[in-house]
Amino acid sequence: MKIIQISVFLENRKGRLYEVCRLLGEHQISIRALNIAEATDFGVLRMVVDKPEAAQKVLRDNHFVASRTDVVAVEISDKPGGLADVLHVLSKEDLNVEYMYAFVEKRSDKALVVFRFDDTEKALRLLAAHHINVIRQAELAGL
Amino acid sequence: MIFNQAMECMSRDEARHLQSERLRKLVAYLHEHSPVYRAKLDKAGLQPAAIRGVEDLERLPFTTKDDLRDNYPFGLFCVPRSEVREVHVSSGTTGNPTVVGYTQADLDLWGEVVARCLYCAGARPGDMVQVAYGYGLFTGGLGLHYGTLKAGLTALPTSSGQTKRQLKLMTDFRPRILACTPSYALFMLDDARAMGLDPRESSWEVGLFGAEPWSESMRGEIEATWNMRATDIYGLSEIIGPGVAQECEHKNGLHVFHDVFLPEVLDPNTGKAVPEGQWGELVFTTLTKQGMPLIRYRTRDITKITYETCACGRTCPRVSKFHGRTDDMLIIRGINVFPSQIEHVLLQIEGVQPHYQIVVDRKANWLDDLEVQVEVDEKFFSDEIKVMQALEARIRHEMETVLGIAAKVKLVEPRSIQRSEGKAKRVIDKRTL
Ligand SMILES: [Zn+2]
Repeated sequence: MKIIQISVFLENRKGRLYEVCRLLGEHQISIRALNIAEATDFGVLRMVVDKPEAAQKVLRDNHFVASRTDVVAVEISDKPGGLADVLHVLSKEDLNVEYMYAFVEKRSDKALVVFRFDDTEKALRLLAAHHINVIRQAELAGL
Repeated sequence: MIFNQAMECMSRDEARHLQSERLRKLVAYLHEHSPVYRAKLDKAGLQPAAIRGVEDLERLPFTTKDDLRDNYPFGLFCVPRSEVREVHVSSGTTGNPTVVGYTQADLDLWGEVVARCLYCAGARPGDMVQVAYGYGLFTGGLGLHYGTLKAGLTALPTSSGQTKRQLKLMTDFRPRILACTPSYALFMLDDARAMGLDPRESSWEVGLFGAEPWSESMRGEIEATWNMRATDIYGLSEIIGPGVAQECEHKNGLHVFHDVFLPEVLDPNTGKAVPEGQWGELVFTTLTKQGMPLIRYRTRDITKITYETCACGRTCPRVSKFHGRTDDMLIIRGINVFPSQIEHVLLQIEGVQPHYQIVVDRKANWLDDLEVQVEVDEKFFSDEIKVMQALEARIRHEMETVLGIAAKVKLVEPRSIQRSEGKAKRVIDKRTL
């Protein structure tokens, strides 16, 4: 099951990330996972939130460029080599990872890692075939 | 519909004959009534009788914006101030503002040429015209207003600004014609959408957009988003205000009303005429004005002209959509750059909307820095940084190819470039020369 990531264009200016977080907080939206990729003058903020539609709306209303991206949240055993096991499968199956980042919270003895694949559908099929657990959108609210 | 068939469709010979007759009268009139022009003619060693017709036009001296500033406020008027019915003032960046005066006959002429523009653009008897140019010292609002009255149409004088009210009145009154700056037409989109209006359902079918240069791509954007025909209207207060030239439905150049405004296209450096169809500076002689007629006024607008009859039937020569101004031209590291070239590059990059700003700065090493700031739009935003960097690189590359100099490209957040409801501020020159 894929989940929705909110991707936001940010200028490298003081206070822009704060502004995003403030807006989401004000609207009772929780950030579950977050990552920033930076270029010289700008960055792209990627987030998994509990209410993606609401998050996109509040950001757009405040003149941010905010788009939705399909990503996959993979459950990884919280033990040495846990992530390596998953990456091994992906590499063996020739799946391209555009980027990845970890969840803020973890549930029980599992860690959650967000993957952005170039081919999400294919990735989901292969992960299922290897019995690697992915998180559904509906589960995010309960995290 | 053609408002003044006789004047807009006469043969080239007829036009030349009429222009010659009017030019002779004009020179005699100025010699008699204008101390400034009498001195100019004397200096050129010209007696009015020496000017037999348009063939002698190039012997006449030029008039420049400095002549207007030097004779501030009323020095170029040819009638007593009490005969002047209206004055308009445009502010300059340096020195005195430019003042123009209209007699009653000049106001009638203004209404006449703007009425021609309205029908040329596609107005029909019975239309309502929403005039969203500013009313006041600026000629845009009142010029379109007088033209609407002369054309026998209904004026909706909303002036500029108060966008939500503009849109409410448009929705309630259903005007078919909109007149405003092209940037204001685009500016209104945000408010329209915020009000829950579908811009494509607007009542506007024809727009007369002017008072600032705009590109074909901007036209495409206005036509697609508002679902209307966007035509270019041209004018400058020194000549009369809006109404000097106007595009017809074929949008293949702006028809110059040559029975009253005699055009020339010249090399800006030598002052000599360029061959038909070549780019040069547009120069006008006002053939029939009374209050403040001008001879060979250097507009500083860059265009080219054709005398071929248009598919619409008008014989008035057509000037091309304007490619910048001789004085808007930026000289960056010795290279001439027109802001319109930069706009053109951006609009060719798929999806990039025309919200951009050019910042020129001079570094400590005395090299000029050209930075083009482009607002990011969801249409071309990507969550992948490499895609955004590739876009930046492509704009930079295109810019360098077209301009011949390197430009820095900076992607910025929406709304970070200042919007104005009047003229768009596209260039910020921080150089202290
Ligand atoms: Zn035509």
